[in-house]
Amino acid sequence: MQIALAFQSSKPLALRERYLKIAPLSTESPIVTTVAEVPATPIRTQARQQKPTFRIRPTKGWAALNIGELWKYRDLLWILVERDIKLIYKQTALGIIWVVLQPLIAAVIFAVIFGRVAKLPSDGAPYLLFVFCGLTVWTYFSQALQRAGNSLVRSSHLISKVYFPRLLIPLANTLGALVDFVVVLMVLFVLMAIYGVPFTFRLAAIPGFLILMAFTATGVALLFSALSVKYRDCTYALPYFVQVWMYASPVVYPISMVPAKWQPLFALNPAVGLIEGFRWAVLGRGALEGSILSLTIIVSLLALFIGAFFFRRAERGFADII
Amino acid sequence: MSDVAISVENLSKAFKIAHEGNARGGYRTLRDDLIGLPRRLLMRLGRSGPPRSETFWALNDVSFEVKRGEVAGVIGRNGAGKSTLLKILNRITEPTSGTAEIYGRIGALLEVGTGFHPELTGRENVFMNGAILGMSRAEIRRKFDEIVSFAEVEKFLDTPVKRYSSGMYVRLAFAIAAHLDPEILLIDEVLVVGDTEFQKKCLGKMEDVATKEGRTVIFVSHNLGAIAQLCSNTIWLDAGVIRVAGKSSSVVTQYLTADARRGEIAWPHGTANRHVDEFKLFAIRIRNAEGRVTSVLENTKPFSVEIDYAIAKPLWNLRVGFSLMTSTGFCVFETYDADHPEFRSSRAPGRYTARCQIPGQLLSPGTYIISVNAGMPNNKNLCAPGNVLVLDVEETSVRGSMPARGGIIQPNLSWKQETHHVRETSLAH
Repeated sequence: MQIALAFQSSKPLALRERYLKIAPLSTESPIVTTVAEVPATPIRTQARQQKPTFRIRPTKGWAALNIGELWKYRDLLWILVERDIKLIYKQTALGIIWVVLQPLIAAVIFAVIFGRVAKLPSDGAPYLLFVFCGLTVWTYFSQALQRAGNSLVRSSHLISKVYFPRLLIPLANTLGALVDFVVVLMVLFVLMAIYGVPFTFRLAAIPGFLILMAFTATGVALLFSALSVKYRDCTYALPYFVQVWMYASPVVYPISMVPAKWQPLFALNPAVGLIEGFRWAVLGRGALEGSILSLTIIVSLLALFIGAFFFRRAERGFADII
Repeated sequence: MSDVAISVENLSKAFKIAHEGNARGGYRTLRDDLIGLPRRLLMRLGRSGPPRSETFWALNDVSFEVKRGEVAGVIGRNGAGKSTLLKILNRITEPTSGTAEIYGRIGALLEVGTGFHPELTGRENVFMNGAILGMSRAEIRRKFDEIVSFAEVEKFLDTPVKRYSSGMYVRLAFAIAAHLDPEILLIDEVLVVGDTEFQKKCLGKMEDVATKEGRTVIFVSHNLGAIAQLCSNTIWLDAGVIRVAGKSSSVVTQYLTADARRGEIAWPHGTANRHVDEFKLFAIRIRNAEGRVTSVLENTKPFSVEIDYAIAKPLWNLRVGFSLMTSTGFCVFETYDADHPEFRSSRAPGRYTARCQIPGQLLSPGTYIISVNAGMPNNKNLCAPGNVLVLDVEETSVRGSMPARGGIIQPNLSWKQETHHVRETSLAH
């Protein structure tokens, strides 16, 4: 295994000097008939001419999302999702039932407190079903945010030891939470059957809301997870943030309770449009105004892009500070 | 195809060490940043006052090239920047300045079992870990049997890895990484784990990877013997800069002898690891058979190694000793005072001189390195290796014109001859 000695002294420019020395030689070669103007790039060794697979150098400012690389690592994404699903309720006696129990218990509590005691309106639907509708969406948000929010900190051993697109970690968590969402959705369908709510064509809109929901949750989760690498405070603040956000969203009350003049402002919260839209699809009641819907689409896309770009920008420091 | 696999130019990496009384283990809190904000703004405007943070250069203007198919070693003390270099090459962290160009798919093994989840089974972890290291599912499926048989864990594939022995765990982890098909493989100090048998297997696999399969390997290790054996060229990093780069054998020798003094090395105020106040090493020296302090010894005569140290409080299970290495870093032996039963119990505070006698007619002529260390096994390292003495063993035996013998040691062993009375002297049947 005789291999040529290739180390350079650590003198700066040592490499460049060598290539510059090579450049004039080739112009003197008899094969070259015309002495062209100085080539834009000095002629380099064979390796130089071939493009490096990648180039490592300090980067600054905003970075591209690099979707291509994410696609290359898609298998890892699925494996991470799979792992989280396998692990999250491992060593619990009830297993997947927890997924169902969490929103159900919350729905019952809300139905008693807000439905019976506080007598909040529910746009004419049975309050339990009404609140469960909202909770189906909300459970996804809170699960996605809480799992993804500190996912980077939990994966610090990976981040400091292997390279892969870091976006995958929170992404796997928000995707994994979708599985829970589907399970809860099934429960919702059962409740619909129990309450005799007809299944209509409107249910076909659910996948659309699902995508917007995932966008919003992912965007916010990316922001939180990236921040929590630097500021562990975010891990503690997150549950309160989720709680406040829930009460700022029409989970336990209908949007009709909000004064009309505040509604456009209220609708800036993408959860508003999503929950109302979801109720519209399931219960066939409530308002689904075009203005609110389009605002929701814009805001959720914005959330995703802001989150993703912020993440990419913060990402380069992760391994050093985590 | 003799082109470049890795080309590094003026690579530097700086870390900021905060001096803001941030003794909370380095975590920034929002509060710290908010409180510090006005001051930072003022400082930026006025550029006055002493800097609050110090810049530490983990790597400073490092340039080198590694050819395709080459196995390059990186050695250096702890904190010399070896791991930082690997992390930059592996894109885990970004350099502060400079560039590195990588030609080919890169795979890294910076730690054995990264991404292993204790709750998942061996099979699941193979997929998980493989994917983290950059393999696709199809690729892992293709290599699955090979990985499992290399790791010798066939029977435990469906057992959660938390029930694996540490040996099995490491074997599986290395097997996955070894079957990763990168054109460039970065390996950091993984061979220190696992049993000797498996270490050999790993070294063999690495050699295979590098020679037969023509891949490029960068290997960071404290195991100088492995470096000398596996790597054609080696870089010696010292405090973030390349001190020497070149042929492995020569770099390893220079590394080992650079800080070594001859005959005796003394610390008037004592030396020890950081945060160690119960132990202090004062001197180490070599005495020849006549009791003179020297570093040139005759191969026929015994010599002794002395270690002066003091302990401040009773220490249980303390051992003081040294390892003797060849100039290429191969460890000939390690010896400790605690090998002797009478030194095994608790040791009272006081100042001691430990003396170890090494018999004559043991070492082959050549240069050796003695590296002293002290500690409580499995508990605390009090004095790290690095306190080294060089000794030259000179041929003085009367073998005269006999050709030099092979072997690291040349013990004079006892031979006996029994003469049997054989009726037939012919050996043929």
